[in-house]
Amino acid sequence: MRDDNASGALDVRLIQAAPFALDVAFTAAAGEILALVGPSGSGKTTTLRAIAGLVTPGRGRIAIGGDVWFESDSGIVLAPEQRRTGFVFQDYALFPHLNARDTVALAMGHIAIGERAEAAMTELARVGIAHLADRKPMGLSGGERQRVAVARALARAPRVLLLDEPFSAIDRPAREALKALVRDLAASSGIPVILVTHDIDEALALASSLVIIDAGATIASGTASELFNAADPRIAAIIGTQK
Amino acid sequence: MDWQALGLSLQLAVLTALLLLPLAIATGRWLAYGRYRGKSIVEALVLLPLVLPPTVLGFFLLMALSPKSALGGTLASLFGGPLVFSFTGILIASIIANIPFAVQPVARAFEAIPENVRDAAFVSGLTPWQTFKKIELPLAWPGLVTAFALVFAHTLGEFGVILMMGGNIPGATRTLSISIYDSVQGLRISDAALMSGVIVVIAAVSIAAVLAVSRRSAVLEFGRRR
Repeated sequence: MRDDNASGALDVRLIQAAPFALDVAFTAAAGEILALVGPSGSGKTTTLRAIAGLVTPGRGRIAIGGDVWFESDSGIVLAPEQRRTGFVFQDYALFPHLNARDTVALAMGHIAIGERAEAAMTELARVGIAHLADRKPMGLSGGERQRVAVARALARAPRVLLLDEPFSAIDRPAREALKALVRDLAASSGIPVILVTHDIDEALALASSLVIIDAGATIASGTASELFNAADPRIAAIIGTQK
Repeated sequence: MDWQALGLSLQLAVLTALLLLPLAIATGRWLAYGRYRGKSIVEALVLLPLVLPPTVLGFFLLMALSPKSALGGTLASLFGGPLVFSFTGILIASIIANIPFAVQPVARAFEAIPENVRDAAFVSGLTPWQTFKKIELPLAWPGLVTAFALVFAHTLGEFGVILMMGGNIPGATRTLSISIYDSVQGLRISDAALMSGVIVVIAAVSIAAVLAVSRRSAVLEFGRRR
């Protein structure tokens, strides 16, 4: 893995027939928020998990800034811990036995052990929850848990940030705050942010480009205005019926 | 009161539990996370000692470990003497008889860890070994405590397997349970009552410890009780 190109565009192409059909291709530029939109079960989360290395797709290629994480033709499959992705799970998947600071510090394998606690506090401050550093997940609200999950995802100095349905389980004020945070993060970190959502409004509010997935296949991609002007009735159905 | 038998029983119980724990962690984790054919056969084998009559299990072990059998002969030369009617012999028998009590709670504890939590560890940069050490083990430890306590208490009360495998040799194979049986046969009823009382107390304390640990961990980690 080359490390001189710390940031870069994420290039994803996934194809498989089984265990379920998947045919997805997109490129997300550095600093860009790209939304994967589609009904539940359409393959959005599987695409995210494939980028993170949690599932290995049948065929395809995943590369970032010229570094290849997965390439079926040459047999390259990097393990999740070798990929440097920041993944925010839909249910947050926090470590129940660890407080916020230890959770974030655990993801800082690239930093000297003695410096991790302080670096973790910096990450927690970045998402506005430094005062909750000593709390375990059960002592946190849904929105607070999500911020710990975001801080953990950022702790690894990731090259891509992956957000799985981040708005589904939090209330409206927390949702607006999270949108602002995601925008800030994309701009300040300069890495691609991939947002998976079934909610077209959330996607339009945040993302500069959208990829619409249905039944495992990409049926459209482009900017919001390009998609609104598309003639394809399937796109109109997904954009229209969910609006 | 047969103090020698009590000492031997405690020694046997602690050794059985300590030696079984690593095996239970490896097997339990494998059963919880492994995806392979024949998994249900392994699960059935793990549970088999639970449903077999102890005398039957003891009989098979006696046959298998007898110096006349191939396995028993090899082991006898390895351990410097026959395993049947020896402490090492009843230790092996006790380990095998306790496999379900050790593996089941550990497997359940690993299963209870959400898949996403392990995935989150991997994407946080932890290797599988680091994930095991820092995430899985700390979350599964109530299961390990349960396994230890169950095996400990169960070994103290074990009778059939020990008698078949070890006989009744003071200081070598006469455990507390066998001493109780002996006392009743010899009409030393008050001795038997005292020793039985000791086993009841130790078993009750073990179960109380298991319940306390599982309740505490549930509150601490998952917030089931608010």
